[in-house]
Amino acid sequence: MAIVPNPYKTTGVLGWIDDRFPLTKLYRDHLSQYYAPKNFNFWYYFGSLALLVLVNQLISGILLAMHYKPSAAEAFGSVEYIMRDVPWGNIIRYMHSTGASAFFIVVYLHMYRGLIYGSYKKPRELIWVFGCLIFLVLMAEAFCGYVLPWGQMSYWGAQVIISLFGTIPFIGPDIVTWVQGDYIPADATLNRLFSLHVVALPFVLVGLVVAHLIALHEVGSNNPDGVDIKKFKDPETHIPLDGIGFHPYYTVKDLVGVSVFLIIFVGVICFAPDGGGYLLEKPNFQEANPLVTPPHITPAWYFGAFYAMLRATPSMFSSALPGVIVMFGAVLILFTLPWLDRNPVKSIRYKGNLTKALTLLFAIDFVMLNYLGMQPPSELYTLLSRIGSVYYFGFFVSLLFIHNFETAKPVPERVTE
Amino acid sequence: MKRVLLAIAGLMMSGAALASSEALPYSYQADTSNPASLQRGARNFMAYCSGCHSMKYLRYNRIGNDLGIPEDLLKSSLMFTSIKLGDTVNSAMPAEPSKAWFGQTPPDLTLETRARGADWVYSYLRTFYIDSTRPLGVNNIVLPGASMPHVLWELQGWQVKEEAHGDAAAHGGEGEHHGAPLKLIQAGTLSPDEYEKFVGDIVNFMSYAAEPGKSLRMGIGPKAIMYLLLLLVLCYFLKKEFWRDVH
Amino acid sequence: MQNAAAGPKGIGPEGASPGSEVDQGRRRFLTLATSGVGAVGAGFVVWPFLASLKPSERAKALGAPVKADIAGLEDGQMLTLAWRGKPVWIIKRTPAMIESLTTVKAEVADPESSVQQQPEYAKNETRSIKPGIMVMVGSCTHLGCSPTFRPDHPAPEIAPNWQGGFYCPCHGSKFDLAGRVYKGVPAPINLLVPPYRFDGDTNIVIGEDQVAA
Repeated sequence: MAIVPNPYKTTGVLGWIDDRFPLTKLYRDHLSQYYAPKNFNFWYYFGSLALLVLVNQLISGILLAMHYKPSAAEAFGSVEYIMRDVPWGNIIRYMHSTGASAFFIVVYLHMYRGLIYGSYKKPRELIWVFGCLIFLVLMAEAFCGYVLPWGQMSYWGAQVIISLFGTIPFIGPDIVTWVQGDYIPADATLNRLFSLHVVALPFVLVGLVVAHLIALHEVGSNNPDGVDIKKFKDPETHIPLDGIGFHPYYTVKDLVGVSVFLIIFVGVICFAPDGGGYLLEKPNFQEANPLVTPPHITPAWYFGAFYAMLRATPSMFSSALPGVIVMFGAVLILFTLPWLDRNPVKSIRYKGNLTKALTLLFAIDFVMLNYLGMQPPSELYTLLSRIGSVYYFGFFVSLLFIHNFETAKPVPERVTE
Repeated sequence: MKRVLLAIAGLMMSGAALASSEALPYSYQADTSNPASLQRGARNFMAYCSGCHSMKYLRYNRIGNDLGIPEDLLKSSLMFTSIKLGDTVNSAMPAEPSKAWFGQTPPDLTLETRARGADWVYSYLRTFYIDSTRPLGVNNIVLPGASMPHVLWELQGWQVKEEAHGDAAAHGGEGEHHGAPLKLIQAGTLSPDEYEKFVGDIVNFMSYAAEPGKSLRMGIGPKAIMYLLLLLVLCYFLKKEFWRDVH
Repeated sequence: MQNAAAGPKGIGPEGASPGSEVDQGRRRFLTLATSGVGAVGAGFVVWPFLASLKPSERAKALGAPVKADIAGLEDGQMLTLAWRGKPVWIIKRTPAMIESLTTVKAEVADPESSVQQQPEYAKNETRSIKPGIMVMVGSCTHLGCSPTFRPDHPAPEIAPNWQGGFYCPCHGSKFDLAGRVYKGVPAPINLLVPPYRFDGDTNIVIGEDQVAA
């Protein structure tokens, strides 16, 4: 059968491949001739950093899974085995535990960038939706992973979170037993969470990341000015005037971001892997004991805000279901952002002062809620959490109309420095 | 905006410190870099603690390598329940009967300083006092109702609770350590200073045992970061060079 | 702010916008230097990952040397113990057994033990430190089954001139009383002699080398 020569006219081994697999095409479409706006700033590092951390989690996770034992009897001991008996095991373990926290810091900053620059607006709604799905799956993945060391926090955190499913009317308790595979979080629970954490969820996560990037490349990247660079193209080459090839310009720039990130990452791993008790929590150095609950059960720090909203919601009709609905609602409302924001201006740079103030307040609110979620409950903290939760949801709803109460700045035609 | 976030971060840190101090009578910064102290601590632990408490995640040969103790000395001074250097530090105390004897099985102590903090263990070993209402005749300020006898009584002597200091203990929280409301009524073979050092050695050893790999990671850190700084400089100039194209 | 109408042609892989000099040499140098330094770093990262697959401290502890007391071993008797998960045989060879090694020399494939299946101190006629004590790993060098001890002779069903030795039931390999493999059997090399040493006359430590006196 005659081979149709590839349109790139490559020869040799590359030519052989290109006749059978779109390698050069992929390289050009997604690297050297994927034109990204030239005005990316600091906020644009976090996408590539998220990819780096994902790779870190996959590699360190694969290595950990070679030594870890997913049974209630052996799990805790196997983690100490990795920390002591496996050559370099302690470093690999810290890479994975620090990486989990790094993942959330990077992802939160990445999401905030999307929020402030309007990267979720048409035609990028699907990129945003895939991103929200990634966030959701990431939370599940992190939850499953945290249970695996089978320490006190692993066990009791699992107990609390799984029992949230029990608030579902009628079928709740049955679902809890079904999820657990037992009457309490037990060996069966640990084993299946291991399977989810190592196999099922990583597959879904990587698939969603690929979809996220494909959707992005289909429409092109946004930028800090919210300007559409495709509007002005060179008449001959059809390259956007404000666009630059992703490779080499952003590959080389992202390397700088990666280097800075790694300095911080390695610093934490080598000098403060416990993170003051926030990255590796003290109770988790005790083996799980179903009969003794630690004095303070907290979720991992990165779930703080959602946990605060859960706790802040009062029970109604003897059920904690309202809190559960609020907590999941806080994640689900993110999905609707492209349709909530009716402001014709994309980027916060050109929105009015009211939106700017409210957005800044939203960031502060989220950080405050995250802090409150980690604290033992008190009257003051509960009040603050309630105010914070109302503001969280209120902010999103306000996007429907606040643009009517402010003057936007004129949006430029071309990108600015 | 960045300043506001930093201020919030600062608040968070102090909040965390406030939340975790739990008003321990003594503060202690474990020192795992002093081999002499660690060796004494290892000897003391094996002599006084390992009869009941195992360190089942720590191997004897690891202790020997990390603390610079040669094999024969390791075997003669530290190994009472095992003959193989590669074995873990197990205790001869049987689990089920010990529960009947003491009220609870003496827990494994490998990770104790990581689970509770060096401060806690240090304070615990210093705050046993005579309490005739308890089955073993002793109680402990840090762990009220403790099932453990005061193993180190010969060294420390005997303490009793002081009546007048109830208030001090109450407002002594919030990260400050006001000492324990205890009075030494019978001297031990060690002076109070010597006993503090004795306990310090044990806590240092236990901190080592909780993370023997600590010196490895702390040793790698500076080298790795220097390398990364070099890489950063190169990447920065590489970026600057290519970006000369962009206007 | 740039003028929308006029302006450069946009930046692509072709390189610089017109009007600026591209120092390709500098670019190449920086790229090479950064790649080189990066590759070195990558090597330093990959090495621990690969090393983590080596036997752990637990595996090494479980594989620690094993002591055997042969005080009660009788003439012609075989003692089996485990070392690193494999069976190790200790046989007290009689003078007749030692003599038989010369008799069957012509029938074994590697009489001089030229293939390194034994420590230097066991590279001799009897493949042992002391002729009267044979120590070897009881794992057939074909595919790993544990051969049967057949000191009895004659045994024409094993070999015409059988003088005693080991017969592997899996695929019919044969070894003499020094673990030397017979010619014409599936197993290619002699049975493995592990590192071992004498601790006094009646104790053998398997897993540690005999230090030359």
